[in-house]
Amino acid sequence: MNHFVLHDAEDTVAVVVVEGVKAGMALNGWIMDENKTMTLTARQDIPIGHKIALKDMAVGDTVIKYGIDIGKVVAPIEAGAHAHVHNIKTKRW
Amino acid sequence: MASIDKDTSFLGYRRENGRVGVRNHVVILPLDDLSNAAAEAVAHNIKGTLAIPHPYGRLQFGADLDLHFRTLIGTGCNPNVAAVVVIGIEEGWTSKVVEGIAATGKPVVGFGIELHGDHDTIMRASQAAREFVQWASEKQRERCAIHELWVSTKCGESDTTSGCGANPAVGNAFDKLHALGSTLCFGETTELTGGEHIVASRCASDAVRERFMFMFDRYQQLIDRHKTTDLSESQPTKGNIAGGLTTIEEKALGNIQKIGKKCTVDGVLDKAEMPTHPGLWFMDSSSAAAEMVTLCAAAGYAVHFFPTGQGNVIGNPILPVIKICANPRTVRTMSEHIDVDVTGLLQQELTLDAAGDKLLEGMLRTANGRLTAAEALGHREFVLTRLYESA
Repeated sequence: MNHFVLHDAEDTVAVVVVEGVKAGMALNGWIMDENKTMTLTARQDIPIGHKIALKDMAVGDTVIKYGIDIGKVVAPIEAGAHAHVHNIKTKRW
Repeated sequence: MASIDKDTSFLGYRRENGRVGVRNHVVILPLDDLSNAAAEAVAHNIKGTLAIPHPYGRLQFGADLDLHFRTLIGTGCNPNVAAVVVIGIEEGWTSKVVEGIAATGKPVVGFGIELHGDHDTIMRASQAAREFVQWASEKQRERCAIHELWVSTKCGESDTTSGCGANPAVGNAFDKLHALGSTLCFGETTELTGGEHIVASRCASDAVRERFMFMFDRYQQLIDRHKTTDLSESQPTKGNIAGGLTTIEEKALGNIQKIGKKCTVDGVLDKAEMPTHPGLWFMDSSSAAAEMVTLCAAAGYAVHFFPTGQGNVIGNPILPVIKICANPRTVRTMSEHIDVDVTGLLQQELTLDAAGDKLLEGMLRTANGRLTAAEALGHREFVLTRLYESA
C-alpha cells in the first residue's frame, strides 16, 4: 500500500494518501514521476491529504513539490513531521 | 474501455447555427432580479422549462454591464439550450438579450413587465414557453463527431489528492481531446499564481502568451488593490487547507495538472467570451466554482470536468458538471456527488492513461444523455461575475 506519494524525486514534502497515519508508523512512498518507491517513519499523526516532510528543513528554506517552489519554511520541520500552514507560508501576496 | 479516436461519436442535439448540445433545455431567463418571480412562475406553469433566477441586472454600467449582457446572452446561446423566453422589468434591455440570442437562429422571445404587471406578463410568457417546450420535445438526438463537443474544466474544494490524481486525469483526457481538434477551456486566473510561468511556456504563440500574462497581471493587481492579508482562508480556501493544501503556489501547481502534458494554450478569452476556433482556451475568470462554471456555460461549453478533493457539490442549470475524485475518504463519505472515481490512481491500481479514459467514458455517457450526479441532485448554481458596484 502507498501511504504517501510525491511527484518529483527532488520534492521535500509528500502527500499522505491513506487515513490513519500515526506517529511511529513505517510508511511506504511512491515517487510518481520516476515510478520508484521509498520508505519513511512518521514522526506525528498526519491526516489524509496532508503533507509529510521528507527531510529536515530550517526557517527560510524553500519547500519543493512537483519539483517546484511552493513556499517558505516559517518554523523548523523534521523529516517525518506534519508539514502545513503552521510551518509553511506562501511567498506571494 | 478503449480510448477515443477521431471516429468516436455521441448523440447530441444539433442547433440552428451548427453547434452541438447534449441537453435540450427551454430556459426562462430573467434580465434582472425584479423579473425572477415572473420567470419562476412561468417555469412552474409550463412543465419541462427551466427558470434561471439571479440577483443582478439593475444599474450596472460600463464593462460590468457588458459582462452581464455577455453572460446572459451566452447562456441563451449555449447549444444545451433549445429555446429561450426572456423576461425583464422593461423592454429595452430585454430586447438586447433577445437579439443577442436570436443571432444563433434558435427560438427566443422577450417580455417587459412594465405597463403589464406580473399577471399579464406571466400569462403571455407562459403561452410562448408552452409552444417552445412542445416544439423542443420533438427534437431528436443525432450522431455527432467527438470534436464537436466543447469541454471546459475547473476544479473545486481541491486538496492534495486533486493535484496527484483527479487533475492529472483531466489533463490526460484534455491531451487526448486536444489531439482530436476539440474546443477546450480552463481558467481560474488567481489559482495559477506560482505556476503562471508554466502556463506561459505552454502558450502556442507570443501573442497568446502576451495576452495570457496581461490577464494574469490584471488579476494580481486586483488582489493587491483589495487584499488585507496574504489571502489565507480565501485562496487557498478553508476547505483546501482542511484538505492539506498549504499555499497558493501548491494549489496552483495542482490546478495546472488539468491542462495535461501536451496541450498547447491556443487562445485567451475574457470572461464569458466565446472561442473562435478549436484548441485549448484560457479564460480569465474567478476561481469561485459557480462563477467560473457559469462563465464556461456562457462561453458555449457543453460539458464540464470538475475534479474535487474535499467534495465540492456544485452544478449548473444548463451545463452538465462531471465530478471526478481521487480522495478515498471523499468518495466514501460523499459518493452521491461523485461521477468518476479515480482513487485507484494513488494506489497504482489505475494508470493515468486508464483514469483519463474512464473520465472520457463518463463524458460520452453524459453527452449521450445520462444525468450527472449534480443534475440528479438538483444543483443549478448560476452565479454572475460582477466587476464592481452598481451605479
